[in-house]
Amino acid sequence: MAATMIIRNGYVFDPLNEINGEIKDVFIKDGKVVADLYAGEKRDAKVINASGKTVMPGGVDSHAHVAGAKVNAGRLMRPEDHYKSIRQKTALTHSGSGYTIPSVYKQGYDYAAMGYTTVFEAAMPPLEARHTHEEMRSTPILDMGAYLVLGNNWFVMRYLKEGDVEKAAAYVAWMMRTHKAYGIKCVNPGGVENWGWAKNVHGLDEPNMHFEITSRELIHGLAEVNELLGLPMSLHLHTNNLGHPGNWEITRDSLAIPSDIKPSQKTGANWAETKMNSRRVQSVYLAHAQFSAFGGTSWRDFQSGAAGLVDYVNKSDHVVIDNGAVPFGLATAMTGDGPAIHDLYMLSGQKWSNTDVEMECGSGVIPFVYLKSSPISSIQWAMGLELLLLINDPWKTIMTTDHPNGGVFTQYPQVITWLMSKKARDDTAKECHKWAYDKSSLGGVDREMSLYEIAILTRANSARTIGMSCRKGHLGAGADGDVTVYDIDPDNLNLNDTAALTAKLVRPDYTVKDGRIVARQGEIVAVPEGRRYYCRPYVDDALEKEMLIDVKDWFKYYTVGFANYPVPEKYLKNPVAIPVNATEAEALVRS
Amino acid sequence: MAEILLRSKGSIGIMVEAEVIRPNIFAGKKKEEIEGLLVWQGPVQLPLSEFFDVDVSGAGSPEETNILIEGDVSRIKRIGQGMKAGRIEIHGCAGMHLGAEMEGGSIFVQGDAGSWAGMEMKSGLLHIAGSAGDHVGSAYRGSWRGMTGGQITVDGSARSQLGGGLAGGLIVVAGNVENFCGIRQSGGLILVKGSTVRGTGAEMNGGTIAVCGAIRQFSPGFIETGREENVLLGDMQLEGWYAKFTGDYALGKNPKGSLYCREE
Repeated sequence: MAATMIIRNGYVFDPLNEINGEIKDVFIKDGKVVADLYAGEKRDAKVINASGKTVMPGGVDSHAHVAGAKVNAGRLMRPEDHYKSIRQKTALTHSGSGYTIPSVYKQGYDYAAMGYTTVFEAAMPPLEARHTHEEMRSTPILDMGAYLVLGNNWFVMRYLKEGDVEKAAAYVAWMMRTHKAYGIKCVNPGGVENWGWAKNVHGLDEPNMHFEITSRELIHGLAEVNELLGLPMSLHLHTNNLGHPGNWEITRDSLAIPSDIKPSQKTGANWAETKMNSRRVQSVYLAHAQFSAFGGTSWRDFQSGAAGLVDYVNKSDHVVIDNGAVPFGLATAMTGDGPAIHDLYMLSGQKWSNTDVEMECGSGVIPFVYLKSSPISSIQWAMGLELLLLINDPWKTIMTTDHPNGGVFTQYPQVITWLMSKKARDDTAKECHKWAYDKSSLGGVDREMSLYEIAILTRANSARTIGMSCRKGHLGAGADGDVTVYDIDPDNLNLNDTAALTAKLVRPDYTVKDGRIVARQGEIVAVPEGRRYYCRPYVDDALEKEMLIDVKDWFKYYTVGFANYPVPEKYLKNPVAIPVNATEAEALVRS
Repeated sequence: MAEILLRSKGSIGIMVEAEVIRPNIFAGKKKEEIEGLLVWQGPVQLPLSEFFDVDVSGAGSPEETNILIEGDVSRIKRIGQGMKAGRIEIHGCAGMHLGAEMEGGSIFVQGDAGSWAGMEMKSGLLHIAGSAGDHVGSAYRGSWRGMTGGQITVDGSARSQLGGGLAGGLIVVAGNVENFCGIRQSGGLILVKGSTVRGTGAEMNGGTIAVCGAIRQFSPGFIETGREENVLLGDMQLEGWYAKFTGDYALGKNPKGSLYCREE
């Protein structure tokens, strides 16, 4: 089953190996990329003729909302999202439905058909980890993992307030093992806790209620914890004041907080060969920057604040952003930032839901439509693209829509087309509200990204930023045999035929996962089970025991018993545990 | 001119999903082709000939296509769904989703129609000579954008949630309407010649509802703004004195919905 495969004569774009459109063969053996094959193996190998076509590593989405309680809440509250977006059952695949919030099966097929093989859920509340894992295990084909929401966690806030970063690290390490989480997500630090009392925080130095901790202390503390443990990815940050006009300044100031922290990956995984250093260089990864780069002071004088934020990112080497593009159309806003959802409700009057996840975090869901006729939506569209086009170094950017907040992941090809073609942007600017160009700098941007840069933004850098470049996002020897073959001839690429370009990105010729063709021109042809990655970080045993005394004591406030809190590994299909701050042997011995 | 006659073959068990019955699909097809069109009945697909005897006379474009249905088709759903032109006439009762999402042409039903008639209709005419079920001209579940254009006429009565999320167009009911008539209405006009019950105009923020009979359990979020005699609504003239209300203030501070109710 683990196939031997040759992808022959394609134009290969593999940025981590500095391969920029060279005509090359890609060899895969036992599901892994290899430098070459023996003559006998070549004779028996499955051959994909990619001549005249574009070959990239399989797509890696480092930020989407695809599994868990809030996603399912969105599905439940939006029957109207489903009845016109259906997928019929085939001999191989399940049926499914949903446009902005597809069912798990449809989600997996749609991602794979679009050339993506790895997708990470960006917000898993600890208490909802079980549900998140249940949905991930039911998602076909994709390799997945989830970031644990910790920015308003009672224990984290308490330890960091006490200045005990090591104990906070012990807690986080235990929590990640307990809930089988991959990284740390920090959502509206301090503010979501206040939201439990209908308040929020609006400044970095504003102590929150009861815990008296500031966002600054939380961001710095969690970033420190992150590097103390040596997690594969850096802190994933959703800043305060998200969605408020003028918030770009607090975003810039938030990014400056962890600038003194050195990235440090202490993972035991075997790293596949790459020409470039595939270790992450950032100590903070800003989520959906577009929603945090608002200018103006109110909705009346609303404008893009991207320029100020971009300026800071261009000067800083410790930051990576994903943009959270707005490709227009239907969306479902869902976030751990409960108050942000309430703000959207006050603006739109739509149905909405909010949840307080006891002692840990919060969450909210609301349907949303980005209209081309709306001045605000049009500026948001421009901002999402500005953020990627104005940041000079593509290794600081990742393309997302913060699915399904800014738009749906199936709109990625459209976003890529805008990045690659100024004509595509100008055409859309003509169709949408004139504020798109009037209130942003996008109209003056001439940059058109190359396929090499697109490969950075959709694979290489998303993988590197989250520490998955040990096996994803490139085609060096030892990498997973995940490959996308697009019917795009880079030598004869017409950037003015934007519809054709989008269509080719929507339906790659082949999506290969672990050396096996899973999708062929949009059709799913094999449904292998994906893997679920999570980290097993360890700290000193004595410290952990000390920390657990506190946790068990406070656990009386939880409505679940301590013994029922962990997600057992059996909840995960094909789990891949990554030992962190410990050797593989140590990780085996310790629970 | 094409005339297509569908004669019902008798009683139907599990309801049938027959969105293929519309002039756009029938136009230009021979008898055998129409007989062979597939419809879902529960988990199986069957040809239309399983349920109807088909007769075709003449030929023409969708605009020139008339579909005549004889017999009780109250267990056949989605007749005329999304139709763009032509005419469907049903000599009997129709099932659910009749004329849902229709964009043009006309439908006439001699008997009653099931729920969701004219759901999210965009244009065209839907005339139900009998009574209608729930959700006439309303939005799909979960959505607040219902019918946006066209006209629905119900000569009998209708049940609940008529015109839910109505954004445009006209619904005229000769009889009574039950609960939540015009819930979440944002545009268009609903005229009820009989009476309505609880929740009339609930959460509306635009458009007009006029009730010529009585409104029982009047919605609390409406404020009386005056009285008018012989109200003129589009080209329809109402007779007598009407109290005029604005609402629904339960939804927001400045709602634009108008509700007329005949004074006793």
